[in-house]
Amino acid sequence: MIGFLLSIVAVLVLVGIAVVGVWGLDLRILFGVIVPYAALITFFAGMVYKVLDWSRSPVPFRIPTTCGQEKSLPWIKRNKIDNPASGGAVLLRMALEILTFRSLFRNMKLDYRQGPKIRYSSEKFLWLFAIMFHYAFLVVLIRHARFFLEPVPKLLAALEAVDGFLEFNLAAVGIGLPTVQLSGLVLLGGVSLLLLRRIVIPQVRYISLAADWFPLFLITAIGLTGILMRYVVRVDVVSIKELAMGLATFHPVVPQGVSAWFYVHLFLVCVLFAYFPFSKLMHLGGVFLSPTRNLANNSRSVRHVNPWNYPVKTHDYHEYEDDFREKMIGAGIPVERETAAEEPAAPAAEGKKEE
Amino acid sequence: MKLYDGGKIITGLVIFLLIFTFPFWSSLGKAAPTPKLVLPAKTVAKQCVTATPYMRASHMKLLNDWRDAVVRDGLRVYVADDGKHFNMSLTNTCLSCHDSKEKFCDQCHNYLAVAPFCWECHLVPKEKK
Amino acid sequence: MAVKTPSPQVVSQIDHHPPRQKWMDTKPEFKPGSYLYGAQPGNLEGVGLPNPREWSPADDDWKLPADWQGTVREGIAERLTRFRSFKLFMDICVRCGACADKCHFFIGTGDPKNMPVLRAELLRSVYRGEFKTAGKILGKLAGGRKLTEDVIKEWFYYFFQCTECRRCSVFCPYGIDTAEVTIIARELLNLLGCNIDWIAGPVNNCFHNGNHLGLQPHTFKENAEFLLDDIEEYVGVRIEPTFNRKGAEILFVTPSGDIFAEPGIFTFMGYLMLFDHIGLDYTWSTYASEGGNFGFFTSHEMMKRLNAKMYAEAKRLGVKWILGGECGHMWRVVHQYMDTMNGPADFLEKPASPITGTVFNNAAATKMVHITEFTADLIKNDKLKLDPSQNDHLTVTFHDSCNTSRGMGLLEEPRYVINNVCNNFVDMAPQATRENTFCCGSGSGLNAGEYLEMRLRGGLPRANAVHRVHEDKGVNMLACVCAIDRAVLPPLMDYWVPGVGVCGVTELVANALVMEGQGPREYNLRGEENLSYKPPADEEAPAEAGEEGAE
Repeated sequence: MIGFLLSIVAVLVLVGIAVVGVWGLDLRILFGVIVPYAALITFFAGMVYKVLDWSRSPVPFRIPTTCGQEKSLPWIKRNKIDNPASGGAVLLRMALEILTFRSLFRNMKLDYRQGPKIRYSSEKFLWLFAIMFHYAFLVVLIRHARFFLEPVPKLLAALEAVDGFLEFNLAAVGIGLPTVQLSGLVLLGGVSLLLLRRIVIPQVRYISLAADWFPLFLITAIGLTGILMRYVVRVDVVSIKELAMGLATFHPVVPQGVSAWFYVHLFLVCVLFAYFPFSKLMHLGGVFLSPTRNLANNSRSVRHVNPWNYPVKTHDYHEYEDDFREKMIGAGIPVERETAAEEPAAPAAEGKKEE
Repeated sequence: MKLYDGGKIITGLVIFLLIFTFPFWSSLGKAAPTPKLVLPAKTVAKQCVTATPYMRASHMKLLNDWRDAVVRDGLRVYVADDGKHFNMSLTNTCLSCHDSKEKFCDQCHNYLAVAPFCWECHLVPKEKK
Repeated sequence: MAVKTPSPQVVSQIDHHPPRQKWMDTKPEFKPGSYLYGAQPGNLEGVGLPNPREWSPADDDWKLPADWQGTVREGIAERLTRFRSFKLFMDICVRCGACADKCHFFIGTGDPKNMPVLRAELLRSVYRGEFKTAGKILGKLAGGRKLTEDVIKEWFYYFFQCTECRRCSVFCPYGIDTAEVTIIARELLNLLGCNIDWIAGPVNNCFHNGNHLGLQPHTFKENAEFLLDDIEEYVGVRIEPTFNRKGAEILFVTPSGDIFAEPGIFTFMGYLMLFDHIGLDYTWSTYASEGGNFGFFTSHEMMKRLNAKMYAEAKRLGVKWILGGECGHMWRVVHQYMDTMNGPADFLEKPASPITGTVFNNAAATKMVHITEFTADLIKNDKLKLDPSQNDHLTVTFHDSCNTSRGMGLLEEPRYVINNVCNNFVDMAPQATRENTFCCGSGSGLNAGEYLEMRLRGGLPRANAVHRVHEDKGVNMLACVCAIDRAVLPPLMDYWVPGVGVCGVTELVANALVMEGQGPREYNLRGEENLSYKPPADEEAPAEAGEEGAE
């Protein structure tokens, strides 16, 4: 509850900072140039640092989670994707994981009734909301490249055309042109549904931390200010692109006539970028590195090496035979030596030699 | 710093960085071009039907309102803030001053990759050379 | 056992709604039936583990070693640099909750800390609170907390209430595997001497005597001889296996539980009969007389120490390759760890079946083959003389072991074998089999008597899936390929699904085997009357043939 409220407050404070900074104090260079550069540097440096930090730890054992029949006898039908035996199959498994959220698609819901009678029903909502959210976010992000590229690549214009293919506008509800881009609405819808889910499902609410609420509220605020700028207050996008192009070409400019709404939007985006590498949002990078998904299940046919494998103290056969020699002989179990070694030093030395 | 699977991971990071920094390196060394609007000569008109900042941000709304008023309600007269009357017409009012689509409309629309649907019905005015 | 287990009606009243109180403010209650006894000092001393002492988890004072906090902090730091899995899983969880209702212990207890996400948070919160700037400064608000004695108690309670079954990992969008977290947490607890005795005892036994049960070599052989006598009595053939024989082609290793108690011993008899039937040149070893590895439930290092015996013995005896019996976690260790830890096994040959000539390319590096792979190949090549009607009184379903399913992918081989030795096989619901299989509730060393209530709770999802096929399809036998399963599923079935027996796959094979020179198979390996036995036609009128015709 505290995490939930504080996250809302935090986002409101961030909005306030931008509003006061730009409207009140007119710090346009700070909010239009310095903060964006600082956020981008933090984002890229943070991403690289975090991923390299993970890669400093080895993967000592080959521990894929296998979700289908392994490759064994040639006549047994194997599951190449969910139990990959080769690098190529791993690529396919990873691609499906990253592009289609395959593991989430498996999700099922517990239905526990007295009796007890336990059933599991298909539960695709989390998958659906996640797909909505992530793909919409991606499209929105790509669409924003039109502000940073001159000339705008044809592909981007095409994406925009597809995204706005319905060619409807919200004039009926008092919102005029331009044409509605679906991705923005889907993004807001997705993030709201994920938020709602986190509030409504008791178990998920129970495990939620401030670090779970904050990004949801932040992204909601980013989406809302973006939609507001496009459809309601309508800002001068030409001067915004001039500002953006100034950043992209390292000749920063702060054109006149840029709405303060834009600075609020930009500031929130900057916060998101700077926060990204140090938060759970790093699942973006982590999903590529997960050892239970990105390894082939071939550890019985191809040796996997642990870089820190070290010798350990074992109880070797000779020590064992020394412990039980007479009993073994009595039971007719073959032994290496009929009697204990004459020089006690020899077996001891042998016993200590591990690995 | 010893990295494990460094080859694969660094390749991945480089690809990530290349994609995400595309706007920066693709326009490296280029100056940022800005739209070069050719405004009507002062002899043609001194000002637009409404204030320039509004027109820069919201002309699409005004045009859409005009279209709806004319086509749906048969209203043709637009009363400007200063009381002047204008005929609500893209061709006869707007384009009479802004007579080059290429030098006016397209400048910003291309800059921002906007594809307005005006020209799905209206004829593109002939360029006077 | 002093601990009394409530009735199924009481146990099955489970509320899955989390309480009002925040999880960081709740403490586990160490009440009988819900916790495991602490490791006895002798069992820790025997293998050189730290802080041996007399203690009980129910005590207030756990007698933790001096500077135990420093030990744990260092332990975490060291493991973060050694295991990318651990480091990554500490960082990237988004708490989406997809794993929440996938854990059998959550389903069976409703305790929110049994949701895999929260189980991992028990450790993750300390990682944040002790290692991350935000967590150090903001504390609870950033999901961080300090390392206190209560945290250690909580870890002990919940990381020995996870069977490392990996079911959550199947559903996690990033593959976060709670088993990895539990393995690391148990390593940390072991640094403080906080193991459970049910793991520490077998580890100590296995280290010194070669097997978890502590059977000395002569006892191991004697036990086998009792079973050979039983085979002679019920089947009518005398089998003479060898022990510690140099020059055998194959070393056979299986969990020691199967030479000790019912119904595992019937699977053991099955191995003896099968190998005799095909004339396999193999040997048992009393030194490497344990397939299982409770070291795996202690630490990576202990796993390696115990596992080393297999290759060492194979090398000493000069065998060509190793054949492994039915066991779950044994096969996770063999499949995913053994070659990396104790290999390369370059003194062995790539396994090839001496009977069929089939080369097991999938075991080319580790040189160890699973018994159902081996048997499936024998059946496919028509090398076994089988009479599946001997199992006609059974309607069999198959319990996929967690480890062989999600840490290996051995799904079809056992089914193929069962289908060839039984006429009546039905699978349970797909939500509870193969990669979705539910744990028996007692895996990863939790199969202690004092823990029965919790085990019955953890096994509820499995039992309920059996219950369904028992009611709908008349299933009366639950087959499995795991020694722990064989030990713990019978009480689980008796409690939740009375009327369903438990057996190993190789026991079913042996029932159907037509042994050379065998007598009338009027009794099965259990010494029970064989309900499917049909006397030769000339001896008696075919009065019971109607039953067979119905199938």
